[in-house]
Amino acid sequence: MNFSKSFRNTFLVILLSLIVSACATKKTTTTVEGQMQGDVYTGTDTVKYLADGVPDRVFFATNESILTTKSRDTLRKQANWLRENSSINVVVEGHADERGTREYNLALGERRANAAKDYLITYGISADRISVISYGKERPVDSGSNPLSWSKNRRSVTVKAN
Amino acid sequence: MIRIINLFFIIFFLLSSKAYSLIEIDITRGNLDPLPIAVSPLFQDDNSKRNSINELKIENVGSEISLVVENNLKISGLFNPLSKEAFLQKPDIAHLKPRFEDWALIKAQALITGKVTIEDKKLKVEFRLWDILAGREMMALAFTTVPGNWRRVGHIISDKVYERLTGEKGYFDTRIIYVSEEGPKTARVKKLAIMDQDGFNTKYLTLGNELVLTPRFNPTSQMVTYLSYFKNLPRVYLLDIETGTQEVVGDFPGMTFAPRFSPDGKKIIMSFAKDGNSDIYTMDLENRIVERITNHPSIDTSPSYSPDNRFITFNSDRSGFQQIYVMKSDGSNVKRISFGKGLYGTPVWSPRGDLIAFTKLHKGKFYIGVMRTDGSGERLLTENYYQEAPSWSPNGRVLIFYRETKSNDKGEGFSAKLWSIDLTGYNERQVQTETDASDPSWSSLLSN
Repeated sequence: MNFSKSFRNTFLVILLSLIVSACATKKTTTTVEGQMQGDVYTGTDTVKYLADGVPDRVFFATNESILTTKSRDTLRKQANWLRENSSINVVVEGHADERGTREYNLALGERRANAAKDYLITYGISADRISVISYGKERPVDSGSNPLSWSKNRRSVTVKAN
Repeated sequence: MIRIINLFFIIFFLLSSKAYSLIEIDITRGNLDPLPIAVSPLFQDDNSKRNSINELKIENVGSEISLVVENNLKISGLFNPLSKEAFLQKPDIAHLKPRFEDWALIKAQALITGKVTIEDKKLKVEFRLWDILAGREMMALAFTTVPGNWRRVGHIISDKVYERLTGEKGYFDTRIIYVSEEGPKTARVKKLAIMDQDGFNTKYLTLGNELVLTPRFNPTSQMVTYLSYFKNLPRVYLLDIETGTQEVVGDFPGMTFAPRFSPDGKKIIMSFAKDGNSDIYTMDLENRIVERITNHPSIDTSPSYSPDNRFITFNSDRSGFQQIYVMKSDGSNVKRISFGKGLYGTPVWSPRGDLIAFTKLHKGKFYIGVMRTDGSGERLLTENYYQEAPSWSPNGRVLIFYRETKSNDKGEGFSAKLWSIDLTGYNERQVQTETDASDPSWSSLLSN
């Protein structure tokens, strides 16, 4: 029997660490009808504002990264705000709901964040002011396991980077 | 003369001459009638007991080793370890020469005996496997190690017994790397953790300061690849679990994810996402050369090599939805292989080469299943509210995966646990972990 391998491994991996700021907001969830169109969330429960009248997020249908009419409206407001505040850079975070495999959801989140980014670029915002990050299904805002909760989690969120 | 003793899947060959392979277990079908086996406590003399207490703070390490063996054999689903209460013969005498009638009386068909000595900071273990019905010794082995390795000795004995009785390599002297999870769903803290296959010796490899996902073992060494959000930059990392050193894999201007080693351990295959498009890349760990394998505007992810390194299975939504594909390892000859109803993800090639395990989502349910590498013979092993990410035991007989429970509207009732199931679809059981857990990956056999 070969016991040549070292068995006294030190397993402690010391990592310099930054705290991942969990973009989580505590919200009470209610299953109110009329907060979804198809399966896209249309409510304002979880929405925060980059400035007065400038919502920070847009929502997606299951497995989709297509921007709805409402999403495009929100992103145009974000583009206007970015144009007026040219010193501000943003990160667009892409998210998925919990009903998918982890790795595919990472890719899907990235696709959603880029859909939002591309729209901002179309409206004149320089690409180097916008970075993207996908969290896949790792950072839900609503922890329920129901269609309304999932619709709130399928989102891209524009966050100030500086 | 062949005598079928159990109508189900245990067959005994009684041969007249010098006999080997008397007991055999067929593990290719669901084993509904596990083999009754007696695991006698390994005998330890008084001197060794004193040394055992000094070295290990355990009074009877022989007994403890036999419990490790017993538990392994039990969770394999192929064996039914008998209660020690019923044993008539003392461990030391049984180890010299069992009274086969006594063991037959308690319906044992196989018996494990052994002896442990601890001297000069060395643990010496010998064990024997006996065929009760034939009245013969089937195997005898001895080995020496440091006393701290006593649990591994139990795993190695289990592997030897498993191999002798099933004809296939075991999977007990192995470890599982996984993601330990704590806290509410909206602010989950995740750490890399590693433990023995039976849930003991848990060690945490990261501190939980950054999100970590999808660790996978190198099949040929104690290296691990995983996804870390260190500095909020999701990248594939390489970690040496012996030394604790780690490095970013490649220099990609964007997220890399879904890493896995090639079976020869020389490459990492992964996805790289840029401008909303994920494609599959490899990096050679020796010369650091990066190669692009797929080039398609769809999502291509979850790549996994065939054991001969010649093919890659992966997940793509190029047909419009997530499906499973196979291509040559240079990226040519892409073929879709999943055609059933629903979505398919996380394909992973069996170490035996003949099957691909996957996750399937259909009508709001998640399944773990297997299909042949051409997509035929799809077989769903288990259905649940949420489960995914199967990983093969090194002998290709068992799958480990994770399962999440449904939360209520307040987010309560959520849990994530590791589960295992035999390829046969039988023997589904929860794998014990200290915390909630996900993304398990099974190591190769450590003692090869």
